[in-house]
Amino acid sequence: MIEPAQVPSPRQPLLALRGIVKQFPGCLANDHVDLTVGRNEIHALLGENGAGKSTLVKIIYGVMKPDAGTITWDGRDVTIANPAQARALGVGMVFQHFSLFEALTVAENIALGINNAADRVGLNDRIVDISTKYGLPLDPDRAVHDLSVGERQRIEIVRCLLQNPKLLIMDEPTSVLTPQEVFKLFETLRRLAAEGCSILYISHKLEEIRALCERATIMRLGKVVAHCTPAQKTARELAELMISATLKQQDFRQRTGRAPVPRLVLDRLTIRSNQQFGTDLKDISFSVAGGEILGIAGIAGNGQSELMDALSGEIPAGSPKNILLDGAQIGHEGPRERRRRGACFLPEERNGHGAVGMMTLAENGFLSANVRAVLNRLGLIDRKRTRDFAAGVIKRFDVRTTGPEAEARALSGGNLQKFLIGREVVQNPSVLMLSQPTWGVDAGAAAAIYEALVALAELGTAIVIISQDLDEILLLCDRIAVIAAGRVSPPMPVKDATIEQIGLLMGGGTQVESEAEHVPA
Amino acid sequence: MFRLEPRGERSAFWTFSSPVLAVLLTIITMGVIFAVMGAPPLTGIETFLISPLLTVSGLSSLAVRAAPLIMIGVGLAFCYRANVWNIGGDGQFTLGALAGAGLALFFPNEAFWWFYPVVLIAGVLGGMFWAGIVAVLKLRFNANEILTSLMLVYIAQLVLVWLVTGPWRDPQGFGFPQSAMFSAGATTPNIFGTTMHLGCILAPLIAIAIWQIMGRSVLGFQLRVVGQAPRAARYAGFSNAKLTWIALLVSGGLSGLAGIIEVTGPIGQLTTTITPGYGFTAVIVAFLGRLHPIGVIFAGLLLALSYLGGDAAQINLNLPNAITGIFQGVLLFYLLGADILILYRLKRVRPVVKATVLTPEPAE
Repeated sequence: MIEPAQVPSPRQPLLALRGIVKQFPGCLANDHVDLTVGRNEIHALLGENGAGKSTLVKIIYGVMKPDAGTITWDGRDVTIANPAQARALGVGMVFQHFSLFEALTVAENIALGINNAADRVGLNDRIVDISTKYGLPLDPDRAVHDLSVGERQRIEIVRCLLQNPKLLIMDEPTSVLTPQEVFKLFETLRRLAAEGCSILYISHKLEEIRALCERATIMRLGKVVAHCTPAQKTARELAELMISATLKQQDFRQRTGRAPVPRLVLDRLTIRSNQQFGTDLKDISFSVAGGEILGIAGIAGNGQSELMDALSGEIPAGSPKNILLDGAQIGHEGPRERRRRGACFLPEERNGHGAVGMMTLAENGFLSANVRAVLNRLGLIDRKRTRDFAAGVIKRFDVRTTGPEAEARALSGGNLQKFLIGREVVQNPSVLMLSQPTWGVDAGAAAAIYEALVALAELGTAIVIISQDLDEILLLCDRIAVIAAGRVSPPMPVKDATIEQIGLLMGGGTQVESEAEHVPA
Repeated sequence: MFRLEPRGERSAFWTFSSPVLAVLLTIITMGVIFAVMGAPPLTGIETFLISPLLTVSGLSSLAVRAAPLIMIGVGLAFCYRANVWNIGGDGQFTLGALAGAGLALFFPNEAFWWFYPVVLIAGVLGGMFWAGIVAVLKLRFNANEILTSLMLVYIAQLVLVWLVTGPWRDPQGFGFPQSAMFSAGATTPNIFGTTMHLGCILAPLIAIAIWQIMGRSVLGFQLRVVGQAPRAARYAGFSNAKLTWIALLVSGGLSGLAGIIEVTGPIGQLTTTITPGYGFTAVIVAFLGRLHPIGVIFAGLLLALSYLGGDAAQINLNLPNAITGIFQGVLLFYLLGADILILYRLKRVRPVVKATVLTPEPAE
């Protein structure tokens, strides 16, 4: 049955959700959520990690079904059973994590998402058309593994645009982009909105939302706490709506003077990646003194994971001399030996790397802390000590969980991260190396993590933070370096660094290269 | 219409229920097979699965058959937990038997109290040696252990045939391809005045010991981590090479132990067929037992029953002995099928299409 074609009135919203409820075991992810997206509107969905934003958009995109509530699309009540149906309605979504085959070309990747063979005819031309029209330059014949993350995101956007969506959902799109790329993306989004494609923009970056979005829906703990016009609020006001407590304005950088002796030195470290499309590390030199926090910024996929593996010893360096820890040559040593010497580290990926999801918190504590905290006796796991160790971390870092016997996968991302950071911090390391310490962590947990790191630095620990979150580095670190294409720029004091300079370095700019001092002072 | 839908996590219920479902489906299928082969289905199932359990001698035969299956199965479960896929249990069983038997044949007059343990240790070392070859090939040359361990089974079988038809053939054996009987000092003692032997006690004890090692020791922890999350194991600094060695040596050693106990016990000498495929059946045992040593005990008993049932079906119903292999194959088939339910749920697809919703809008 076909309803009489109704002329969409401009006043009628494109999408209206009313009273959406979604219950997960032990967590009410969406509690009677209302959301309205108008035509031609760029609408922000703002909230901390765990506020229920992702659940809500998964419901809109048909990935999940709501337990209660109605969805109205173009004035009609609909049920969206699956993503295919969502796409048929005109909903497109660009996920935070891309689903691209690295070995295939741009056009091949896009063709894979098209079921109807007839629609694949002339695909290359259409890709070029759309990408030039919206300022998303793409060469359909390039292989994906050669592309930057920004270019990969463009593939995902073009893939959506090929289906002429009326609503484009963007999930944290700028977390992987340089400031310059963000600027270009915003131009594209504004243009799309002007041409009739509404945009639902999910983020927790307040300045971006103020710059881009006309209206905002703010969520906290599964509920909508406010609808507002972001441009009329300050970033601080938005943040306070987003998290319940009033923000403490903290300057973590004001700390007592640091010890002049470098505790960690990298000297011309060069490493081949062990991944097929990984990034080789080239000639990396820097040093970190006790009490100092060094931030390494950069766009994802520029060698961060390889650098982390090199720092932890998962990939040994070519020569022992490449890495010095308190003067000892440790380049050839593995993670256990490095821990014994006083180093602690935590990689970016929690699931299956920093932690084992199917194991309990106690066991996950044992995983990295057995060397320094001695949680075994005669080759057997000392269950009491292991449990006490985990319980201590849970208490000190306010990890929300049922206790040391909870499985790691049962914890929310932020809580697990607090536990894992806590696991390393309580070991009192001489050097602590972290990658993306607050990735997917809510603001409250992030603040707790920052405080713990600063306190550790006060005690004389040298800390290295590899992060894609520039704000985090600017907030926390004494010096900043940028990793691009496997090279690390010479560190500079954060107070002297400008966003433009950092942005250029992130894009692989060589402007500062000539001034590089190759051997650390 | 049904469709498989990912659950997004492992179902605890189906992890334990899938073997039960598989066994039930296997029994039903066996009924059909019996019917096709001209035996009344219920009588067939009764003969195959129940009659062997009704006599004391039947029960002790069950224990004798289960002992090697449990020993090998526990070792394989240990190995599989570390993501090392040793399927050459039969070869390690054979090499264990050869190593211990060689010793027993060359020293026929030794005292039981010291010589028997030495023979057993030789058996363990023989199995370890054969599995060690797999470890070297895997770690040194990155050769797939599934292939190498399987190929080594056939080599071991040929070595056995060569020895019992050549150098180790019993001079008083009328030319039969078999060794001399082992001396009393190298014979596995029977217990409780039945056909049950020492191995029937050792097998569950070993299962319990391995269970404790997996759950409580640092080594067991390392194995579980390397199996569940290899990157986390690297992060923790556990040596993958060392753990691969240990996994293979333990499973090889236990297969070797099963082998030497089998030839010094129920068989009493080396022949050309010392195993009816225990090493392969133990793969089913390990999976049916959910890679848990205690589960392996129960799975070992069930699969042992399939050997006895095959004999009973042959004798009482005139069915071919291949019925045992069919039972094991069908069981593995259903187990692998039912295991899909751990990660997926069956979902009924309603053929209702909401036409109004899907109708495209007229062009604006």
